[in-house]
Amino acid sequence: MALRLRASSARLTRWMPMVLLVLLAACGTAEQYPQSTLFPKGDFARMVDGVFRTTLLWATVVFVLVEGALLWVLFRYRGKPNDPLPKQTHGNTTAEIIWTIVPALILAFIAVPTIRTIFRTYEVPKGDALVVEVIGHQWWWEFRYPQYGLVTAGELHVPVGRTVSLRMNTQDVLHSFWVPQFAAKRDVFPNRNTTLWFKTEATGNYPGACAEFCGIQHARMKFRVRSDTPAEFDAFIGTLQASAGATAIPSPVATAAPGGMQTASAGGTVAEDSVAMPAAAPVDPIVAQGKTLFLKKGCIGCHSLDATKTMGMGPNLAGIGSRSYIVAGTLENTDANLALWVSKPQDVKQGALMNVPPISESEAKALVAYLRTHK
Amino acid sequence: MATSVIGQTDIAAPAHAASKTGLWSWLTTVDHKRIGILYGASAFIFFLWGGIEALLIRIQLARPENNFLTPDQYNQLFTMHGTTMIFLAVMPLSAMYFNFFVPLQIGARDVVFPRLNAFSFWVFLLGGLFLNSSFLMGAAPNGGWFGYANLSSRQYSPGLNMDFWVLGLQILGIASLAAGVNFFVTILNMRAPGMKLMRMPMFTWATFITQLLVLLSFPVITVALFMLTFDRFVGTSFFSVAGGGDPMLWQHLFWVFGHPEVYILILPSFGIVSEILPVFSRKPLFGYAAMVFATAFIAFLGFGVWSHHMFSTGMGPLADSFFSLATMLIAIPTGVKIFNWIGTMAGGSLQFKTPMLFAIGFVAMFIFGGLSGVMHSSPPADLQQTDSYFVVAHFHYVLFGGSIFALTAGAYYWWPKMFGKMLNETLGKVHFWLMLLSFNITFFPMHLVGLNGQPRRTYWYPKGLGFDLLNLIETIGSLALAVSILVFGVNIIKTWLEDQPEPPADPWGGATLEWTIPSPPDEWNFAKVPQVIARDDVWEKKRLEGAAWTPEGRTDGKGIHLPNPSYWPLVCAIGLTLTFVGLMLSRGPVGPWGIVAGMSLTVLSIFKWAFEPAH
Repeated sequence: MALRLRASSARLTRWMPMVLLVLLAACGTAEQYPQSTLFPKGDFARMVDGVFRTTLLWATVVFVLVEGALLWVLFRYRGKPNDPLPKQTHGNTTAEIIWTIVPALILAFIAVPTIRTIFRTYEVPKGDALVVEVIGHQWWWEFRYPQYGLVTAGELHVPVGRTVSLRMNTQDVLHSFWVPQFAAKRDVFPNRNTTLWFKTEATGNYPGACAEFCGIQHARMKFRVRSDTPAEFDAFIGTLQASAGATAIPSPVATAAPGGMQTASAGGTVAEDSVAMPAAAPVDPIVAQGKTLFLKKGCIGCHSLDATKTMGMGPNLAGIGSRSYIVAGTLENTDANLALWVSKPQDVKQGALMNVPPISESEAKALVAYLRTHK
Repeated sequence: MATSVIGQTDIAAPAHAASKTGLWSWLTTVDHKRIGILYGASAFIFFLWGGIEALLIRIQLARPENNFLTPDQYNQLFTMHGTTMIFLAVMPLSAMYFNFFVPLQIGARDVVFPRLNAFSFWVFLLGGLFLNSSFLMGAAPNGGWFGYANLSSRQYSPGLNMDFWVLGLQILGIASLAAGVNFFVTILNMRAPGMKLMRMPMFTWATFITQLLVLLSFPVITVALFMLTFDRFVGTSFFSVAGGGDPMLWQHLFWVFGHPEVYILILPSFGIVSEILPVFSRKPLFGYAAMVFATAFIAFLGFGVWSHHMFSTGMGPLADSFFSLATMLIAIPTGVKIFNWIGTMAGGSLQFKTPMLFAIGFVAMFIFGGLSGVMHSSPPADLQQTDSYFVVAHFHYVLFGGSIFALTAGAYYWWPKMFGKMLNETLGKVHFWLMLLSFNITFFPMHLVGLNGQPRRTYWYPKGLGFDLLNLIETIGSLALAVSILVFGVNIIKTWLEDQPEPPADPWGGATLEWTIPSPPDEWNFAKVPQVIARDDVWEKKRLEGAAWTPEGRTDGKGIHLPNPSYWPLVCAIGLTLTFVGLMLSRGPVGPWGIVAGMSLTVLSIFKWAFEPAH
């Protein structure tokens, strides 16, 4: 915390961290605030947090001194209506020079670590970094792994301890990718790529959010970051790879080539029997019904179940059965929630671009059963 | 140096015999004091309306996953809350004071262009009504007060909502620019003999620099709004990627205007506080020259920091470093101002009357808002803070803790001069303490909840992120804040209804020229144009003349020449607004006719205005 303060007096370094600790303790704990910026769990966030603490320290010192001086003056010079006219001073050049120079010096203590850190925030990781393309959509996030030729949505899986290099843009309006625990935020644009990098220090499931106002459902454009153990991450990649061919629309067969993504057309006639099941086991009749409905109700028009393909409109659903949240990270992935979402999306998220034909309760159940097989 | 100019020469003509009361006299008035009151009354109503919008927002956010408002209603309310408070409340409340008091402080009988002044007000009022009429159509602007491209494009905002916004702001910009020219020229040319620049009261200085900011920054937003209007109505693509445009361009244009706009909102408040602190400390402003230069320096730097609103866009390390350092530099002149205010009080004999309490509240809260501002001048730290509630907390400490506290201080200070009655001191003190407390209860927790990850502009937040309690506290605080405004309202109504003897010309022992004339002033302000001998002119004359010094008494105003009332400014403003209404409906059958009618009326009224006898 006091790293940036080496240049300042030793006394200050000793007691100010205590003040800061008290201040930050008032802000709660990481468990209370899972989306907090104050409890960094990655190198990028930790670096940014260091600058924050430096600024907070100096702001606190200045605040205490200046408000203290104000209060002292108010108390010391309180007057009565009949007091004689006080001495009519017009200024004091020495004092004015001092209180011009001292703030400038304090600002230098903030400026130096600031500038140094600015350049680090723009670094693009080299070596074996995991590259992820982040694509904003109204109102959900798409994540592509070009090194694996895979795509997913709503939940970004990263292996703990490995640097992640993000290359980001948007399909529609501006958004901002914010994952406070690991990497702060960066806006996304339709006509340029922005970058961000981070390395997680702990495993777990963390919330993130869109931070740039992007229309009616900006509030519900969230996502999760799953910081996996290497084995969990490999399993996740394996699941997505196994989904290849799951949405076999009669169109050229996609091959999952590393670094290359194929965009399958959502058009064309959809033949029921051409949807490949991910498992060869005997098919539960309700799952079979769900599969039929997935085609008949038009779900497949927007949603691919094949992580090696992108379908333009809606989130890719490969591996949806093992996601922790649905609806852009805003609804827990329970059967009841999923059934509600597939049948009444506008009740859950008014204004969402997902519109469905009438779907009965039993049909919703069948759809859920079918989607649950994709994990 | 200004000596004898239009409206100040005493020629042998009777004071104008137009009606002095009734609705018609207000519709045709060109008296800067009446226009000031019109600005104040309209802006206060818009302020209350913006406050109600804020309360609705707070009720929605009192609980997680609340359904009090629909998402679109919420987005309309937060957009209109910001737009209203900035353009329809704080700016015109400042305009009230500079309309009423700048001519008085410089010893003038009116502004240099009285009819243009009336025109500014009517355009502002009609623009405000135009913008708010969107609520009647259920289509209030919903893209944020910053209207970021490409969300503001026809493709992503197809309704009338953003049409109201882009055209409404354009109308309001015309009002601001006209007033900017008027007051800039007034302060340069209409000063009484002896009123050198470095003798001007600080409020006049602040107004002068503010108008310079208006004149330099509003053209930028005007151009940007025209570009957006073309994009939306004609299908150009300045900001649309598909046509080769760039949404980033909008951000640059908007903030090149938007950051000076921040100083347009706060500098008049600096001026008000710089008037009040010396009077109630019974001691001149500490470091006057430094205060003037600090204000000018803040305004100058204000044009070089716009991209600190865009640190998260990834402009690159060099741009971030430049805008970061420029932003930090602003802390230096701002610090000088704060230290000089404290220096003004130090050694004084402080009289804690209500105006003084609000002025001190301003200093205390502005220190806080200024320091949180320094915290996000650092781009790496700002990458976490921007678009979070931390920023919402910051700018409310500056705009409410700053501007609103100072504007309220000004109300208690200048009320006797404006209306000839004193506001109640006891209610004033209740108002102050309740507002100070509830303001902090409302906005301080926003720092914490922002740092803990709550994004702004969200109608909904889930349980489990730890936002629940802090948001509930904020909502409770906002209700208490509403009660404090209610106390102010009671004070105003009570004062209005009660019989009071006319207050003395100078109830507080003021230093500036407005305190040398009766309360409220006569239509002609000064029976005799004052001869200024010093900065803090009244104090200097009292020092020299002692008990012999008396303020000017009431006169009959015989032989004083004043500009004629005119309804053409109002007609012109109506024509202009009608043109914009027509433009908004231009995709329907009526619209083009609205444009034709509006433009005809505008041209006709300009013609009649030009050939109307001015005296």
